Amino acid sequence: MKRFIPFVLSLLFLATSALCGCGEVEEMEIEYAEGTLNFDYSELSGTEVKVYNWGNYISDGADGTIDVNEEFEKLTGIKVIYDNYDSNESLYAKLASGGADYDVVIPSDYMIGRLISEGYLEEINFSNIPNYEFIDQAYKNTQYDPENRYSVPYNVGKVGIIYNTYMVEGTPTSWSLMWDENYKGKILNFNNSRDAFAIAQFYNGIDINTTDKAELDKAFDSLVEQKQILQSYVMDEVFNKMESGEAAIAPYYAGDFFTMYGNNEDLAFYYPEEGTNVFIDAACVLKGAKNKKAAELYINFLMDPAIAQANAEYIYYASPNTEVIKNEDYLAFLEELHPDAYDILYGDVDNPKDDSFIDLPAETKSYMTEKWTQLGATSTEESGNDIVYGICIVLLALIMFWFAFSTVRKKTRERMYD
Amino acid sequence: MNKRSSLLQKFVAAPYIVWSVLFIVVPLVMVVYYTFTDSNAKFTLDNIYTLLEPDYVSIFVRSVAYSFIATVVCLIIAFPLAYFISQSKPTTQKTAMMLIMLPMWTNLIIRTFSLSNIIADEGVINSLLQSIGLQIHMIDSPFAVILGMVYNYLPFMALPIYTVISKLDKNVVEAAQDLGCNKFMVITKIIMPLSKSGIISGITMVFVPAISTFYISQKLGGTNSRLIGEEIEAAFMSSGDKNFGSAISLVLMILIMLSIAVMNKFSDDEEDGGMIL
Repeated sequence: MKRFIPFVLSLLFLATSALCGCGEVEEMEIEYAEGTLNFDYSELSGTEVKVYNWGNYISDGADGTIDVNEEFEKLTGIKVIYDNYDSNESLYAKLASGGADYDVVIPSDYMIGRLISEGYLEEINFSNIPNYEFIDQAYKNTQYDPENRYSVPYNVGKVGIIYNTYMVEGTPTSWSLMWDENYKGKILNFNNSRDAFAIAQFYNGIDINTTDKAELDKAFDSLVEQKQILQSYVMDEVFNKMESGEAAIAPYYAGDFFTMYGNNEDLAFYYPEEGTNVFIDAACVLKGAKNKKAAELYINFLMDPAIAQANAEYIYYASPNTEVIKNEDYLAFLEELHPDAYDILYGDVDNPKDDSFIDLPAETKSYMTEKWTQLGATSTEESGNDIVYGICIVLLALIMFWFAFSTVRKKTRERMYD
Repeated sequence: MNKRSSLLQKFVAAPYIVWSVLFIVVPLVMVVYYTFTDSNAKFTLDNIYTLLEPDYVSIFVRSVAYSFIATVVCLIIAFPLAYFISQSKPTTQKTAMMLIMLPMWTNLIIRTFSLSNIIADEGVINSLLQSIGLQIHMIDSPFAVILGMVYNYLPFMALPIYTVISKLDKNVVEAAQDLGCNKFMVITKIIMPLSKSGIISGITMVFVPAISTFYISQKLGGTNSRLIGEEIEAAFMSSGDKNFGSAISLVLMILIMLSIAVMNKFSDDEEDGGMIL
């Protein structure tokens, strides 16, 4: 028996070393662009840069990929402090409450517009970001930052519909799939007002940046109608629900479709013909950043073609970096990811029907919030809430009756003793 | 001597007093302040008026109804459970208590998430049922939310009741039996009235977190079970309106205080009722 244990241990060791073998391969030497290497990092070595980014939105070294933050530390000696948020709105809430002291943030287009107009962002010194030259012209001089002073595009993408080919018949092409009663209880929608309204607005042919209350009401009516057949409003639970087949139809970001497809090959994806929401997530420097130069160098590092490619291969979102899109390894990677990956991510970029969010006036924002609450409060026909209220009333009645009964009994007994 | 001990008392109590001023009184004042101001710090009652709209009233009613039923179900399950555990052998008692406490060591989010996987249409229960040709739709309904509340908060009901019952004087029970009580009467006439303080703190500890939960209803509730906690979360996190968010929290606090006051009113015929307020 005693000899048996070392034997098992050595077997275990063999098995684990075989499993982890891929991680122990000699690390790839990353070939940086000149714009990344032509800096004297030594003056900033030992300082730190605080980065606030979306969850799971950077290559982090899992499964033998490049750990971007670690490579940055290795190259520059600047320590990266890295935190996550889950929506533009929670990022804004954190900044507005004054509880954030970050140097770099990566919000989306409309939120960048809002942060600029409310004075949260610092102008970037582009002489520290030579890799900006690799960014596609299509993503410069944008609506939210027309003079390219505050932001450097990190990822771009569009919203489309993911559906389960096993459960959905035919090849749908329109947003109307999300209103199709045949799939009652199998449809998901975004659990945030802006994205959910945008879908109803595209469906109704309304501008997604409308400030007209009548138009918003019309979109709201469509959402109420859709609620009757909806399974639930979700954000990141969409992965679990779509991969397991719990739901059949969900709108989500193109890049995330590939993650789901990797776990369930029955899933397919399309951009609805009515047009869809295009977004750009861009890196910005916050006003009052404690280490502004390091923040700019970090952004420059993210724009390095090799690093941008590592991120693109990890996150699956489309890269605005022209060098990445030309890279043959990357193209081969996409080919293997999904037969249509290139077309989904990079084809059809200038569809005139597509539109991106711009920051809405405060009045429109609060009207939308109000309508969204109203949507949350409305019950559908088969909600089951009536039964809940019924049970409540019965229980209350029983409790009241019991108390009345025991009080009366007590009183009569007290009288007996008198 | 007297003066000295009161000085000592003050000294010992100081950490808690500082703590409660910093983290209880100040935030409370801030909640009240934000409730009655707008984003420009001007006095307004709009936040309260908005809450009187039918949409919000219905969300409040729904939250109260769900957490009320969850509390009653918890009580119905937990009282017999606590009673039978307290009657068993000491070793069994320890194991049983362990089993009740064990889920509490797991994060609420994980518990709720796994519950959603268990009761999903493609989940554990339904795949078992499918083998005999059945399918029950459970998730994404008010019942799933109530189930989630019961599942998550049951230990908070069972523990205080168990503590009270296990400390009951055995002589009282024996005296009742000597005087002719059968087993059922011992429970209803002796044990239940004497464990009232445990029941009441159990009710509070289930009702209060249940009424303000947002995660459980978000994950298990589908589209028809939006609760007040979700409204608070949305006000702070997505619309960034802390004034309105504070108004909802304040009204919720008042609602909870009212519920507890009503409950104490019902139970104050005995001297041990006022354990919470």
